[in-house]
Parts: sequence; C-alpha cells; structure tokens
Amino acid sequence: MSVRLRIISAIQQIAVEQQVNLPPLDDALSLHETGFDSLGFAILVARLEDDLGIDPFTISEDASFPLTIGDFIRAYENVPA
Amino acid sequence: MSPREIFVLRDYLDPSLKGRTLSDARRVVSLTDITGETCLVGRPRQLSGRSVLLAVADQLLSALAMIEIDGVARRMLLCPPDLRADHVKTLIEDAEIDAIVTDEPARWTDADVYLVVAARAPVRTAARARTERPTEWLMLTSGTSGVPKIVNHSLEGLTGAIVADGPARGAPPVWATFYDIRRYGGLQIFLRAVVGGGSMVLSEPGEPIADHVARLRDKAVTHISGTPSHWRKLLMSGAASGFSPRYVRLSGEIADQAVLDGLRRAFPEASIGHAYASTEAGVGFAVNDGLEGFPAAMIGESRDGVEMKVVDGSLRIRSTRAAHAYVGRQAAALTDSDGFVDTGDMVELRGNRYHFVGRRGGIINIGGLKVHPEEIEAVINRHAEVRMSRARSRRSPITGAIVVADVILAEGCDVGRSDDLREKILADCRASLAPHKVPAMIKFVAELDVTTAGKLARHDA
Repeated sequence: MSVRLRIISAIQQIAVEQQVNLPPLDDALSLHETGFDSLGFAILVARLEDDLGIDPFTISEDASFPLTIGDFIRAYENVPA
Repeated sequence: MSPREIFVLRDYLDPSLKGRTLSDARRVVSLTDITGETCLVGRPRQLSGRSVLLAVADQLLSALAMIEIDGVARRMLLCPPDLRADHVKTLIEDAEIDAIVTDEPARWTDADVYLVVAARAPVRTAARARTERPTEWLMLTSGTSGVPKIVNHSLEGLTGAIVADGPARGAPPVWATFYDIRRYGGLQIFLRAVVGGGSMVLSEPGEPIADHVARLRDKAVTHISGTPSHWRKLLMSGAASGFSPRYVRLSGEIADQAVLDGLRRAFPEASIGHAYASTEAGVGFAVNDGLEGFPAAMIGESRDGVEMKVVDGSLRIRSTRAAHAYVGRQAAALTDSDGFVDTGDMVELRGNRYHFVGRRGGIINIGGLKVHPEEIEAVINRHAEVRMSRARSRRSPITGAIVVADVILAEGCDVGRSDDLREKILADCRASLAPHKVPAMIKFVAELDVTTAGKLARHDA
C-alpha cells in the first residue's frame, strides 16, 4: 500500500474511533475541516510513526504543521527513507 | 533488667513458644532458640550507642542482626539490596553512621570512620543482649532517582498497626512476603511474624516463582503479602494451585478490582485485604471488603491513632505510626505544620468510596489535559483476557504527549484474536474514560518490568 493510502486509511480508522464524520478527503481539504481535534492528529502522527517509521514533524525543527490533507501527505512522502 | 517502658524486638521471642522458624531457600533458623545465639562476630557490645549501617546482602542474616541490634544501638539504617554504591557515602554522612554490620567486612575499609562488625551464621553465646535504649529504625524511601531519603521510625510506630490488629486467630501464623524485609512493606511482615508469635518464610532474589511457591506450600504459609504486581505475576505463572493461605494482603500499589477478583478466584478460602502504607506515613489502614478503594467514612475520623484527610486531591495522614522525621543535613520537613504527611497519592471520591487514581508526580499531560496512568490500567485490567498492563506517556509533536498502553494477556488467551481484543479493550476505554485518556495504541507484550521494590516500573514517571 502506498504512503498516501496508508495515511488515508489511518485517518479513516481514527475517525471511526473518535466518532468524527469525515468529509471526502481530497488534497485541498484543510485539516481543520476534517473535524479532527489536536488529540486526533496526535494519535494519527503516532500511529503513522509506528507504521511508516517516520515522524516528519519531529525530525525537522522548522517544519511547520501542514494546513491541508495534501500538505500532510507530502510531509510523509518527502521524508527520505 | 531493661527499663519497662522500652520494648524491643527480642522481647517478642519467648523461648517457651516452640517451633518458630525463620527461613529462606537455603536455611532454617529457630526463632525459639535465637535469643541464646549471636550472628555478630567479635564484640557486639561495642555497638552500644552507635549509629549502625546494616549492610548485609542476605535477608535472613539481616533479620537476625536487626533482632540483636534493636535496643542496643542508637540507630540502625537498613540497606535494601538495590542500594546504589555511589549513594552509600552520602547516607553514611547524613545518618552519622559510626558502625557497619556487614557480611562483607573486606569491603569496608574506612575503619577510621566506623567500626566494622562482621555478620555470619548464628552460633551459641553465653552473653545476653541488654536493652539499653529505644533504637531508631532508619529506612530508605524507594524513589527512583537521586539519593534516597532517610526516614526515622521507632519500633513502637512500626508495630502500631500490628498491635492495633491484635493477634491472628487460630494457630500461630506463618508469614511470607514477596517484598524484601529491608523495605517498609517487607519489614511490616517480618515484624508481624516476630510480634505475633509466628514464623516467616523469606523471599530469595532470582528464585523462579514456581520454586518460591513450592517453599510457601512446604512451610505451610498462612499469611502472605505483596504488591499487586507481585500478585499478578504469581497469578500469571499458574504456580498458585495447591497453595492455600488464610490471609492474602496487597500493598504498595493500587489494588484494582481486577487483581482483587483474580485473587478471590485463586484463593477462595482466604480473606483478602489491601493495605495502604508508605515509608513516611506508616500503615494507614487495611480494607477487607474485597472492593477497590476505601469507604469515605474513613476520612476525617481518627482511629487507632491514624487520621486522614484529602487536600487538593491527595491523601494526607497524621499518625502515631508515621516516621518522626527525615534524617540528614538538608532534610526537608516530613509533615506540615499540623503534623500531616502529604502522601502524594491522589484519590477521587466516587459515591461513598475513595479510589486511588495515581501518584501526583506520575501524571501524563496531554495538551494540557491530565491523566494518571493507573486510571487507564484499571479499565484495561478488568478484561478477563488481560493479566497486567501499563499505560505510559509517548512524546507527541502535536500535544506534547499521548497515552499508549502495553498489555500482557492472560495465559491461554488466543493471540490470533489480538486485533479483536485490542478493539474490545479500546471500546471499553472509550466508554469509560475521557477521550484524552483513551490509549492511542495498545501493544501486546510478553512481560513488563517490575522494580526491586515490587512495583510496576514507570520510566516516564
């Protein structure tokens, strides 16, 4: 499964657990509009770190947190393996 | 004759009480004959009025030395087995130690500073120890970092709860504990055995649990104590069958309903009690109704010299069983100005019962929202498929921390069902806990570290 699909799948899983009604996940969707709170994102980042072996938001000190789903996925895709 | 008002440990060793023993995995010593014996080589009388560091590796020899030194020395500092060598110098200075009782005399070379007395297996002696003074019992706190604090107790305070409980009914008890007797929880059991006219079976470091339980069975142990972590390990081992104590006691950690129920199933004939005690506050109380927490009516009222209150969520105890003070050059006050010890143990009132929720210093902060790991563990542990769990903090770039949990499954549990089980536990956590307290992840593990003091290791606390 690609990084993108794994991220989408993790978001959907957490949405079920947190009882969040997700809008369609396209790249332009702002993270705010997903309905996730900071706890939801914290869980997402931790699970992706276990799944993909990377946490792009801790690796780089100056990494600004992404604004959209597309930014978020690219943060993972752009980390050298 | 000793002054009547001073009572010391050897006063409880009545030579007319036959058949009393103290044993470990290698030796059995008669407590009936011990008053005519000595384990101190040379001139134990020289310990009179001294401040003694009791640095003996093995528990049995330590116990015999405690009996001999009590009432003779000015003070006696008990060294637990895991005491770090680099803390010893500070402790010697702080406790004004001028004598060492040790099974390794060659290790103590600074003879200008202190007298070295060797401890070895007991031999007959004609000399009778004379009670000269009440000896101060100094114990170390079991904090995980820094030099441990020295806490000053009297034998009277240490035995306060034992005297209040009165003698055990029926035949003289045979006590055992998973603790080391140089720790507060273990010392309580040793003192119960001595004061209560009974016998005792000591733990042995590194002994496999099945061998330990076989000794408990062989010696017909009737009364036994340990931390909830000790008990979970025993239940997990499957070694409990065939062992049937009359009294099972838990202390030192929060006894949740799951471990109480597990012990009830394993030992249907036993009375099961959980006690609250700390090295500083002494024994607070015991709860024997089989339920976690304690009745709210115990707060406020003073009973048997123990008075409790809850301030800012933490349990405070004023007690005749509490230590008198911390000892040392920079020792802090042990009590507040009203004489209450702040235990740092946080409680929460639910209905008419207080429940322990965790340590003040162990709180995990999730983006400003707080949780005690023990609250989460109590929910996880109530699943029949779970034997033991640990909730812990995991760093998060978003919220600072999140909570994750490590879980040991009960024996016979189908590992192939672990995904279903994880979902079942998480669903229960979501139903029972605020969202930030629900573990972000649950990992199934084969074991969890337990400290030498018998407590679940909390590295992040």
